[in-house]
Amino acid sequence: MKTFKVQTISRIKRYIPLYFMLLPGAAYLIINNYIPMAGIIVAFKKYNYQKGIFGSEFIGLDNFKFLFQTQEAWIITRNTILYNLAFMVIGTTFAVAVAIILNELNGKTMKKVYQTSILVPFLISIVVVSYLVYGFLSSNTGFINKSILEPLGVEGISWYSTPRYWPFILILVSLWKGFGYTSIMYYATLVGIDHSYYEAAMIDGANRWKSIWHITLPSLRPTITILTLMSIGKIFYSDFGLFYQVPMNSGPLINVTNTIDTYVYRGLMEIHNIGMSSAAGFYQSIVGFILILAANFIVRKLDSDSALF
Amino acid sequence: MVGSSKAVQVVLHIVMIALSLFCLLPFILLIVSSVTSEQTLIQNGYSFFTTDIDLAAYRYLLVDSGTIVRGYLISAGTTVVGTTLNVIVTLLFAYALSRKDLPGRAFLSFFLFFTMLFNGGLVPSYMMWTQVFGIKNTFAALVVPNLLMGAFYVIMMRTYFNTNIPDAVIEAGRIDGASEVRILIQLVLPMSLPIIATIALLVGLGYWNDWLNGLYYISNDRFYGIQVILNRMLLDTLFIKNNASTTLGSQLAIAVPTTAVKMAVATLGAIPVLIAYPFFQRYFVKGITIGAVKG
Repeated sequence: MKTFKVQTISRIKRYIPLYFMLLPGAAYLIINNYIPMAGIIVAFKKYNYQKGIFGSEFIGLDNFKFLFQTQEAWIITRNTILYNLAFMVIGTTFAVAVAIILNELNGKTMKKVYQTSILVPFLISIVVVSYLVYGFLSSNTGFINKSILEPLGVEGISWYSTPRYWPFILILVSLWKGFGYTSIMYYATLVGIDHSYYEAAMIDGANRWKSIWHITLPSLRPTITILTLMSIGKIFYSDFGLFYQVPMNSGPLINVTNTIDTYVYRGLMEIHNIGMSSAAGFYQSIVGFILILAANFIVRKLDSDSALF
Repeated sequence: MVGSSKAVQVVLHIVMIALSLFCLLPFILLIVSSVTSEQTLIQNGYSFFTTDIDLAAYRYLLVDSGTIVRGYLISAGTTVVGTTLNVIVTLLFAYALSRKDLPGRAFLSFFLFFTMLFNGGLVPSYMMWTQVFGIKNTFAALVVPNLLMGAFYVIMMRTYFNTNIPDAVIEAGRIDGASEVRILIQLVLPMSLPIIATIALLVGLGYWNDWLNGLYYISNDRFYGIQVILNRMLLDTLFIKNNASTTLGSQLAIAVPTTAVKMAVATLGAIPVLIAYPFFQRYFVKGITIGAVKG
């Protein structure tokens, strides 16, 4: 008994330096991640600046009642989910297609050039992207109004106050910014395919389409599954910059650009309605968490190797 | 790839050239517009070609107004300090976690991973950082919240340690009587330079491009980094003109080339990344590829 204890202590002692290495990271995670997790209970309180999150008065579900009575609760949920679904379907199809093209291409140098170019949009901050968009869409000096519509004799469109174009614009911008990254990710999977598969298929008389269908696509399946799973888990989250900065926080566009993230931000910083804002944040955290667990559960049933955890 | 016909190859190359242009052309519009004279811009709008080159916008931004130069310094400082701290914290955590014999390893992994599944969102974080830590309008506000360490990069680095550093190396070090710290610095670190470079790059890019911390926590425009200045200039049309007076004093007669300045300031925000990109491209693609493999 005694020797056992001594052994355990000396064993633990040996690891003390390693625990010290963990310390800064662990402290940071507690502060940056775990305390705010506990802080989501602010959604059940009538927030008071003097008393702070934990001292404020408890008011039950009032904040949620107010939030879900508004039209906005429905609009932000709809927008967040529909945009994410569109990004997921269009983005994945596009990226897989580009990855396959890259895989089929001859010519090492050109391939490098293409890869380099399609990654550029990913490197740029969304704030710069909003200027690129503004360069095309500004109503007085934008390229589309001035150099395309005007010469055609069509009257310029006031883009930043016409909501019906924005679903397309936002999907296009998101695609432009992200497809290079995902394409390279899929392409990296394809580079790993053993070439003898293709040679064997050719000997058996398979044409290009058949090899793509039977060899290339199936080998992408695990990557597609895991990336889709991750996007489903994030379907309640949106890129704040894309929906806030790119439409220039324009009032007339709000019904097609408001997502849960922009709603929470505006509630907290612009309208100072902390009750509604924290209720929406709570709703996002909890539903998002349930979705990621559910998505992972389903994938584990279908194909346990592709599951996240 | 073997076996596709020449015609198919030509078509595929055309498709990829078109896609590459789709990605790059907006930047040409931005850069060309930024060096076009104000008058031409007002007349013809932003355009891909110009014969009327005028650097007035840059002269205004870099010489007359101190805002941009200060913004550059703040962004650069944030990036260097943030990246250094992040890499140190990430490296230490990932290395300890990669040791299969560490008691409590499973719990610690879960403790890390859970932060990827669930988060408290903006409202509680904002309240904690501003009221408990009082970081509003401090340099720490740009460095610390959210960006200092992320579970994803820790997992990436831990996976690298587990697959690229044989247990035998660590065991050998231990038998030779090296301390844990020495094992990390003298044995593990030299073998890990590629992953450290990759992660430093991704983190650095994140810091340079970040504008959310500035948006949330900085209200004094003397502390704005370049991305936050960009954000303000597009959404608040008065911002450019207000800043004109800071160094010019009473010489308000000088007209600010507002239309060109918008494009020039965005060019300045993008250009450091675009210039550095060819040099770090290799590590960047490696980072994506490692990210593609399940951590």
